[in-house]
Amino acid sequence: MLRPNDTQGKLIIVEGIDGSGKSTQIDLLFKWLQSQGRSVYFSEWNSSELVKSTTKAAKKAKTFTPTTFSVLACTDFADRWENSIYPLLKAGVIVLADRYAYTAFARDVARGVDPAWVRSMYSFAIKPDAALFFRVPLEVAVGRILGARAELKYYEAGMDIGFSDNIVESFKIFQGKILDEYNKMVDEFGLTVIDGTQSVQAQQKIVRSIVKKVLKGWEGLPNPDKKDIGVQNLNITKHDAGKGKGDKK
Amino acid sequence: MKEPIFYGAGFPYRKFEGLSGKLIVLEGTDGVGRSTQVKLLRRWLEEEGYAVSDTGLRRSVLTQAGLDEAKKGHTLSPITMSLFYAADFADRLENQIIPALQAGFVVLSDRYFYSTMARDTLRGCRPEWVRNLYGIALKPDLVLYMKADVKELAKRLIQGRGLNYWEAGMDLHLSNNLYDSFVKYQSCVIEEFDKLAQEYNFVTVDANQPPDRIFEDLKEHIKMLLYNRQPKTKRPK
Repeated sequence: MLRPNDTQGKLIIVEGIDGSGKSTQIDLLFKWLQSQGRSVYFSEWNSSELVKSTTKAAKKAKTFTPTTFSVLACTDFADRWENSIYPLLKAGVIVLADRYAYTAFARDVARGVDPAWVRSMYSFAIKPDAALFFRVPLEVAVGRILGARAELKYYEAGMDIGFSDNIVESFKIFQGKILDEYNKMVDEFGLTVIDGTQSVQAQQKIVRSIVKKVLKGWEGLPNPDKKDIGVQNLNITKHDAGKGKGDKK
Repeated sequence: MKEPIFYGAGFPYRKFEGLSGKLIVLEGTDGVGRSTQVKLLRRWLEEEGYAVSDTGLRRSVLTQAGLDEAKKGHTLSPITMSLFYAADFADRLENQIIPALQAGFVVLSDRYFYSTMARDTLRGCRPEWVRNLYGIALKPDLVLYMKADVKELAKRLIQGRGLNYWEAGMDLHLSNNLYDSFVKYQSCVIEEFDKLAQEYNFVTVDANQPPDRIFEDLKEHIKMLLYNRQPKTKRPK
């Protein structure tokens, strides 16, 4: 469903349920690649300014349905895709994405939309050069989220679907369904599974070795200042890599 | 009462039953006089005793703010624009149109997704991609396609509210003046519509006629749907 990479750039993405530790890993990867003198750009799920006002209003009014939720998430992705990710890949930049189309395939299907429909909706995007799926048992991920955060949000917990009246219970059921979808996609899309229960350092070592393989013999856009020059030249707003605030939902 | 029929995926997580109303769509290019006809038809249908609900593109509470913002800044790329419209459409379909049909209303839709599809395709979105996206759409009971010549459309707009940037397709850089661009762009739109008319079984109504004549033609087709009556005039091919 996703096109092959037809650009000079490299696309590396991380996936996993909430609390899988993927944002920590991609942040470390981002800094490491920068220190290597690479032109790197970071893009985060649900971060388009254009879609933000709409998403915010709809969340507040609780007017989202699984379909509108899905289409708006794709709108956000498309805006980032057309205005930053794709042009930068063409320029030969390494693009790192915290969540990619697979997030939609897992989450929107868990919310009840048609799997083939949502896959086709994202078919304008390319297949990443590396898709890293941080897999942790449900209890571990849920424990991390509930331990670190005061409150679960309505949509994040899948409350609109009616899994349970209890928000914590609903969150667990919803995340479990998302995890099932991820597991199904490992073979379908050739995701690279990383055991997210290992130490941060041990995981990062694996991540870097995978990325080294992807970049072997590849030049890309040079970065003399060790800053993301490509980003500035294309006049595209720079995003900061995961600041540990958790996912934007 | 009937089971709803969708073009594709529909809404698998939700069962919609008992759509006792009728969904009637008015399609046609900019300046063809759709909104005038919607008003006339609404009044007539209400006189006939039908409860009427009307809806049109970009009327969803969900996406209004974002779409207006985007149009001001011209920052939307084709796929993003297409998806924004699809979100608006999905919202109105699930939250307005289908509930109204369940309540037995005649829903008059000032355009549906066909216009959006024509516009997206002309801006480079893959036709199959757009078709899949609108697999969520409910099949209307009747699609009335108001077709007029480009020259006639331009004349009406110039004598009325004037030509605008988007209706002239200025973003496609077909020409650097508004009139030439309008003619070129709308000719392409009409071509797309003609293809869609075949694919989706539109009933074509000659919109070069004066408004009262168009109204009569539209009424004939609607009567046929509501009362199973044969039209007095021959259906244009």
